[in-house]
Amino acid sequence: MALLQIAEPGQSAAPHQHKLAAGIDLGTTNSLVATVRSGEARTLQNAAGDDMLPSVVQYLADKVIVGKAAVAAAIADPHNSIFSVKRLMGRGYAETVAQAQQLPYLLVDQQGLVAIDTAQGVKNPVEISAEILATLADTASQTLGGELMGVVITVPAYFDDAQRQATKDAAKLAGLNVLRLLNEPTAAALAYGLDSGQEGVVAVYDLGGGTFDISILRLKRGVFEVLATGGDSALGGDDFDHAIVQWLQQQSGETTLSHQSLRQHLQLARQIKEQLSAHDQYAFELPTANGALALSLSREQFDSLIQPLVRKTIRACKQTLRDAGLNADEVAKVVMVGGSTRVPLVRTAVGEFFAAEPLTSIDPDKVVAIGAAIQANVLVGNKSDADTLLLDVIPLSLGLETMGGLVEKIIPRNTIIPVARAQEFTTFKDGQTAMSLHVLQGERELVDHCRSLAKFNLTDIPPMAAGGAHIRVTFQVDADGLLSVTAQEKSSGVTASIQVKPSYGLSDDQVATMIQSSMQYAKHDMQQRLLREQQVEASRVWEAVSAAISADAHLLGSAELLDIEQALSALKAVSQGDDTAAIKAAIDKTNHITDEFAARRMDNSIRQALQGHKVDEV
Amino acid sequence: MNYFQLFQVPAQFDLDLTELGTRYLELQRNFHPDNFAAGSERDRLLAVQQAANINDAYHSLKQPLLRAEHLLALRGVKISHEQRSFTDTSFLMQQMELRELLGDILHSSDPYVLIDEAEQQIQQQKNVLLKLLAQALEANHHEQDLQAADIIRKLKFFFKLQHELELIEQQLQD
Repeated sequence: MALLQIAEPGQSAAPHQHKLAAGIDLGTTNSLVATVRSGEARTLQNAAGDDMLPSVVQYLADKVIVGKAAVAAAIADPHNSIFSVKRLMGRGYAETVAQAQQLPYLLVDQQGLVAIDTAQGVKNPVEISAEILATLADTASQTLGGELMGVVITVPAYFDDAQRQATKDAAKLAGLNVLRLLNEPTAAALAYGLDSGQEGVVAVYDLGGGTFDISILRLKRGVFEVLATGGDSALGGDDFDHAIVQWLQQQSGETTLSHQSLRQHLQLARQIKEQLSAHDQYAFELPTANGALALSLSREQFDSLIQPLVRKTIRACKQTLRDAGLNADEVAKVVMVGGSTRVPLVRTAVGEFFAAEPLTSIDPDKVVAIGAAIQANVLVGNKSDADTLLLDVIPLSLGLETMGGLVEKIIPRNTIIPVARAQEFTTFKDGQTAMSLHVLQGERELVDHCRSLAKFNLTDIPPMAAGGAHIRVTFQVDADGLLSVTAQEKSSGVTASIQVKPSYGLSDDQVATMIQSSMQYAKHDMQQRLLREQQVEASRVWEAVSAAISADAHLLGSAELLDIEQALSALKAVSQGDDTAAIKAAIDKTNHITDEFAARRMDNSIRQALQGHKVDEV
Repeated sequence: MNYFQLFQVPAQFDLDLTELGTRYLELQRNFHPDNFAAGSERDRLLAVQQAANINDAYHSLKQPLLRAEHLLALRGVKISHEQRSFTDTSFLMQQMELRELLGDILHSSDPYVLIDEAEQQIQQQKNVLLKLLAQALEANHHEQDLQAADIIRKLKFFFKLQHELELIEQQLQD
């Protein structure tokens, strides 16, 4: 039967079936999930009727609580209630301790990475984020009535490789298939762009709880091109709250606060901030050790407290415009993203700088999730006629350590991704068979001023005289902004093996171990999950090759076609069983048999994509 | 890989950039990994490589210096392996004068006058050299190709100076 199905063009397993996909805005303060239903993108509500899930996870000895209930418990249980975990993603222990005096957690050094000691033992940011992602995915599958085929998760455009990788690892741990990591500002532009079909240069000003991003995009004929991105990964609305807390402390004269009263102060600060977005003056009571203190703050006073922070964001806007090679008056639209853009001073300052009325018609808290949902719907294959093309850039330069602690840039920031750049190295000793490379990310010239990404050890270099071996190392950044490295000795063609030691990330083995040891997956569940993953990949391969045959069978000889069809029917048969290893073997065999076909199709379609130009030119 | 062939544009220095941009977007529309996000792992990897190639090719043809280098590489002349040293003393003198000018900017009482002056000089020299480069490359003859390689090496100095000037200007604004 399988052979019959293959021979009939267009008869794939489930034509036009709507696949379940969601967009997830994994935020510092709040997270949201959205999906496209009946052509409209909307955020989804959990059982309690909330769109926004506070990004807070509380670890109790016997269970994990995510969201509102965890926020409520935070004052009584500050050590086990983790806020703003996004700020810790891909971060080292030492740098976090140096920056985060205000964090009320017991920070732990987990092989150089930061982790938190909780009532359930040591939890790292990847595990904590996975809890938030799993909660959102539950909301989605319960509302939509089925398992999600894939998700798009948004990240700040400024996130470096380690932070992106950590986000992807968290999704993996939560059992989600990531279709793409999408930059938050790009998602926001998608949400607005598809609604209104804008053309021209757009700035996306995204001031969230913990991060600030400014992106300059060009929209043209359905193409979103990110011209430049900038920002500050440690600046956000939380800092407004801290500025208010400092003012409160000046009023009360309390120089130090306990964890508990810091939490109280922060909650009050948030309330004051929200009130002053709508009113000119706000009166409130501040609980102190010596009783309650009646206070009042005016909008003007509040503005002067946050003025330095807002000015910092405008400076970043200037720098990013410079990177894009544009002046402020060339920006046609400004999209406002993030709850902190409700603050009137922010809107005025941004409007004045760009000399344009900021766009606020989509809820600034939801706009990113909505854009992610739109993209997830396209990527999962529900909208085959979609003609948007998303061209993104790498936010920070990638470089290599050279002599004297200097960094040589290999891929400059704002290069369109995916990108691959090769660099040649040679051995400096006779018979040298190994060398090591240190990859960094950042704009500065000194190694110490950039972020260490990973150390790569090349081994198995064929022994030759000094300078005889030419090793070509290729750095590839994929569409998610993630780096991979391959190396080859040129004269012998020998592929050198690479061992990667991420500086602030988990190795593949560590992620696998985390998945295995996570309480959600008993041994049987684990096997089921691996089987399911292989079955899904088998069906992807089957669908892809079947579609390829329907479209391009003329590129195959009859013997080749027969081989491929046999491999496909074997794949289909074995993937219905429960032998994970056999399915994997059948996938590998099908891939191997169709490698040449895939290459031919690629060449052929490049020719076809540009066909007709010769005629146009006449 | 022949980038001109990839975009099906004529293999020459004088290129219609609008047309190049259109071809680039057409190719990316077909090969961007977003088209394969729900595809098999092999297809996803192939798409990343292909899209990276297309980006690299576009990057190389868009900028005049890289385009000229690629054109010369296709004709068998490699800039990086060029061992000839500069004998053009007037060029070297000019470079030294411009460097001195750049060095004076930050100490000057009216730096923007010096910036404008440096910018004008660099721009003018660049335009002259770019014109010579176009002529040399158009000849499509080995002797002229070697001349073109020389001009590219000189141009690189000017592009570097221009970059430094931009950094100085930023420093002043901050």
